[in-house]
Amino acid sequence: MTERDAVITTRGLVKRYGRTRAVDGIDLDVRSGDVYGFLGANGSGKTTTVRMLLGLVLPTQGEVEVLGRRMPRGGREVLPRVGALIEGPAFAGHLSGRENLSLLDASGPGGTRRTRRRRIGDVLEQVGLGGVDRRPVRAYSLGMRQRLGLAGALLRRPELLVLDEPTNGLDPQGIAEIRDLLLELHRVGTTVFLSSHLLAEIEQMATRVGVLDRGRLVLQEELAVLTAPTGATVVTTPDPAAARAVLDGRVLTEDGHRLLVTAADPAEVNARLVAAGVPVTGLAVHRPTLEEVVLAAASTSADRVERPGQGAPR
Amino acid sequence: MIVVELRKLFRRPRTWVTIAVLNLLPIIVAVLLVLTDLAPRPGQGPAFLSAVLTNGALFPLAALAIVLPLFLPIAVAVIAGDSVAGEAQAGTLRYLIARPVGRTRLLVAKLLAVLVFVLVTVVVVAVVGYLVGVTLFEAEPAAGTSVSGTTLTVQELLVRTGYAVGYVTVSMCGVAAFALCFSTFTDSPLAAALGALAVLVASSLLFTLDAASPIAPYLPTRYWLAFVDFFRDPILWRDIVRGLALQGVYVVVLLGVAWANFTTKDVTS
Repeated sequence: MTERDAVITTRGLVKRYGRTRAVDGIDLDVRSGDVYGFLGANGSGKTTTVRMLLGLVLPTQGEVEVLGRRMPRGGREVLPRVGALIEGPAFAGHLSGRENLSLLDASGPGGTRRTRRRRIGDVLEQVGLGGVDRRPVRAYSLGMRQRLGLAGALLRRPELLVLDEPTNGLDPQGIAEIRDLLLELHRVGTTVFLSSHLLAEIEQMATRVGVLDRGRLVLQEELAVLTAPTGATVVTTPDPAAARAVLDGRVLTEDGHRLLVTAADPAEVNARLVAAGVPVTGLAVHRPTLEEVVLAAASTSADRVERPGQGAPR
Repeated sequence: MIVVELRKLFRRPRTWVTIAVLNLLPIIVAVLLVLTDLAPRPGQGPAFLSAVLTNGALFPLAALAIVLPLFLPIAVAVIAGDSVAGEAQAGTLRYLIARPVGRTRLLVAKLLAVLVFVLVTVVVVAVVGYLVGVTLFEAEPAAGTSVSGTTLTVQELLVRTGYAVGYVTVSMCGVAAFALCFSTFTDSPLAAALGALAVLVASSLLFTLDAASPIAPYLPTRYWLAFVDFFRDPILWRDIVRGLALQGVYVVVLLGVAWANFTTKDVTS
């Protein structure tokens, strides 16, 4: 793998609120061209981290670098090149979607006035709101607001998208649509930092995954590595007992008709079983799901409140 | 940025409703005066009101005196209290900061927008007051009478009304500074506006209390009605100058606090 430019780097990032450490020394490493899936249970510190990346929350300790600049000091240079969706969209309810985008674009650097109308038209088209009329945002549905929020993030063709739960409030078709849009943007070179607690969403899109647990980064790896074959084969057979006899000692677990067998090559297992007359209805290389990886890495849900004395081990 | 803030403020129906409501009270007073012909005796009731029956051209000043003690400060506190806390409550503050809009820049733009609102409001009250005054009462556009009893030329009257509008605007800056300062501490626009009003109510109350006389010169509402002094002959500058200086001190200190808080604050709304 070639070394790509660092897009987000944090070193020993800590945010303390009173005595609690919301973010506890994390070292993020997001590189150009990644779709970085930032996973974590509710309350694990995802949002605080995202806010520190964007200069909204000031770190207690540690450094943040975005697109090669220290944050929050370099915000004025860096943030115009970053599109963000932070904890759901927010707009002035009495203005239309177009007016909201126009005001947001006019309030900071990096969005030229000359191209504003065209850019707004383009992004609205992109997120599927091309035909939106003059009605105020107040009258928008949750999904329309989410799309408008995404349009706001895309307005200046950012190099980096920082998206916190971007598919919130969308129906399944909407989710698929937004996923295709993000993958398309990624294909043309946008780096995407996607924060979510939805494993499926991350698994379908991310190239790299970071898992946050109680303020600590417990895992940061390429998705392909995490879900690499384990060297086992999943065999489905209506006659597990016979299969067990044939594959003597190589069966790791048995779950109904499903056997997990130590074997890197499913074809070899198949040949043995068929030769012995054991019917085989399913055969697959075993890969851990992202869920299994995350559950193994992270402890209990962060919004559980244990009684003192039986608290979760740390 | 200031243009954006002004667009946001004046595209908002609430802003215009506030200004309209503010003009309602002087109009009601004028109509009642015309219908009953019962003007307060000189020295009683709101300033200038006694003189209005003889010269309608003075009604803008009466209108300002009517809204100044309560209505105008409420309007200013609501608008200024909403400026930062309202963005926080709506969630748009985080998008502005991440846009990025510098925090100092945002605060300055908000302050300027509030000042423009105050100026527009005061001018509208004065203009509506003039129109009401000349239509309902007998106007002597040729000249006016000063509070001291001497005659003022039209030009003098116009200039002094301009001064009065300016002075009332500056007096409201203190209210705006209180509300804006509180607005950076809370995510509730209501709390910020009520906080500023609480300060004003406390100030007005203490002003009437003899025991509070040592601190009376420093109360934010102390010199509000000094705009009447523009219509003495010659102009009595003493209280006016003190009023301006006092407002200046309040504005500088409160904005300093607001700035120090807002630029180092975590935006978690």
